[in-house]
Amino acid sequence: MADLAPPARRLPTGAISAALVAATVLAVVLVPLFVPLDEQAVDLGSKLRPPSWSHPFGTDEVGRDLLLRSVYGLRVSLLVGAVAALVATVIGTAVGALAGALGGWADRVVMRVVDLFSSVPHLLLGIFVVAMFRPGVGPVIASIAVTHWLSTARIVRAEMLSLRSRPFVDAAVSGGSSRLRIAVRHLLPGVLPQAGLAAVLMVPHAIWHESALSFLGLGLPTHQASLGNMVQAARGSLLAGDWWPTLFPGLFIIVPTLAVAALAAAWRERLSPRRRSELTL
Amino acid sequence: MSSGKTRTTALPWGPMARMAGRRLLAAVPVLLVVTFAVFAVAAASPFDPARAYAGAGGPGTGQDVLDQLRHNLGADRPFAVRWWDWLTGALTGDLGVSTTLRQPVADAIGARIGWSVLLSGTAFAAAVLVGTALGVLAARRRGGLLDRAVTSLAYVLEAAPPFWLGLLAVWFFALKAGALPAGGLTDTGSDTVTAGQVASHLVLPAAVLAVTQLPWFVLYVRQGVGDALDEDPVRGARARGLAPRTVLLGHALRSGLLPVLTLIGSRVPELITGALLVETVFSWPGIASATVDAATNVDFPLLAALTVLATAAVLLGNLLSDLLYGLADPRVGFDG
Repeated sequence: MADLAPPARRLPTGAISAALVAATVLAVVLVPLFVPLDEQAVDLGSKLRPPSWSHPFGTDEVGRDLLLRSVYGLRVSLLVGAVAALVATVIGTAVGALAGALGGWADRVVMRVVDLFSSVPHLLLGIFVVAMFRPGVGPVIASIAVTHWLSTARIVRAEMLSLRSRPFVDAAVSGGSSRLRIAVRHLLPGVLPQAGLAAVLMVPHAIWHESALSFLGLGLPTHQASLGNMVQAARGSLLAGDWWPTLFPGLFIIVPTLAVAALAAAWRERLSPRRRSELTL
Repeated sequence: MSSGKTRTTALPWGPMARMAGRRLLAAVPVLLVVTFAVFAVAAASPFDPARAYAGAGGPGTGQDVLDQLRHNLGADRPFAVRWWDWLTGALTGDLGVSTTLRQPVADAIGARIGWSVLLSGTAFAAAVLVGTALGVLAARRRGGLLDRAVTSLAYVLEAAPPFWLGLLAVWFFALKAGALPAGGLTDTGSDTVTAGQVASHLVLPAAVLAVTQLPWFVLYVRQGVGDALDEDPVRGARARGLAPRTVLLGHALRSGLLPVLTLIGSRVPELITGALLVETVFSWPGIASATVDAATNVDFPLLAALTVLATAAVLLGNLLSDLLYGLADPRVGFDG
């Protein structure tokens, strides 16, 4: 039944998502070069205007253009998310590599620690960390990093364990290489592509986490308006019935997240076409 | 499920109890380490219990007063000692005093946890029911229009921040349609909590929380049932000419759905994450919104107790999941 159905006509998901990711990165890099954001500029004459041709996303409660502010918010969120994902990936790779390269009891101890971390809900652990070290960007990045390195550690460890049993590693061992040399020269290069992919996939998660913290008032300081801060700041106007200051920053979180996920799915499909991805936009 | 015949198979209570016992023993060191880590992080942070206790008057409080407070609170001792005191106190039910709520932590939790359980339980039950229905519908014709619509929606909802969904729901259902209250537990101005009021205030937050939990169920049920539809026993049933309905409900659902449903216990962390955001959006007087308030005001005693409580809930969920999985698939057993 299912296998006789004609293949569904599929959009070129990979190309679309790649274009979206590229557009996102270009926008947050280029727009600030050409259109500076004046934090102080208020235009009370045009406050809370609904979307129009001159303001496609409308204006906020002090008359600032929401499209421009959303791009800047995305820039802050993306930057924090990327740095946090990088830190988490470094921690995860180091821990996973340690467990995978040493094996034995060291592996068991390290994996117990990973299990321990995963038994505390992510956002709650993140909230605890920021609550204790608030305020600032550093605590937010630390909060994301300590909650997001677990899956990378698991991936890197599993990959290391599978690489360890390959013939070329046996050859290196019989050739007299030291443990450290084998780990650094033979095992680590094999796991880095996986870790890199995990890092890219982690960026949307990190943005999600940061915007949740910022929305709860525990994230970035309000003068560094991230997307979460914008949604939080829009609560007053939302309750007065103005939906656009809430809607658009949220869409700026969703669209890049979906694009990155679809891009990664397309990439994986390319590597192993038999496992067709389900993510069709 | 078993048509006609009544099967009375006794549950393997012995192995299940032994597994539960082993897990409870294993949970003790986990909780010990988590509480210790919580105290260690607090000790490494710039947080000062004396200043927190002095509250808003903190900056104006003299150094000698702060020192005296620190001594009275025991904050001048090493964190390991404070951790031990807290732990021995916790065993007798004394979790300290919340600095924001100005009441014993145990009382604060007791007064609020019921509301959180009500909200999360309702939302979770709704997510399981709707998610299963949508997942099965999508799995019936994979690649079909309905399947693609359901899967796309699931991915979009998965990517959408829960607080954003909650706010848009408030805007639409409470402000535009005026159909449901925007937040809280009772109407403003009414002091008594009646069941009718609670029910009407529960609908919107529970629906939003359910929607945030939905994508996982939809995608997993769809995967499980869809794969089961391609398995040999199901193909065989179809080849014997059984009605599609019988094949789906009697054969594919049994092998495809059961393993997924047993995993629901492992969703506790995501449920807590969702509750933290949804309770805050809707000012629901539960334990999750208290967590956020405790974090904003650095209410360490409350925050520490809630972190431990959440960890215990996660471990309990994992145990439940493993017990159900062992029941659903006897090959797995209860050795974990």
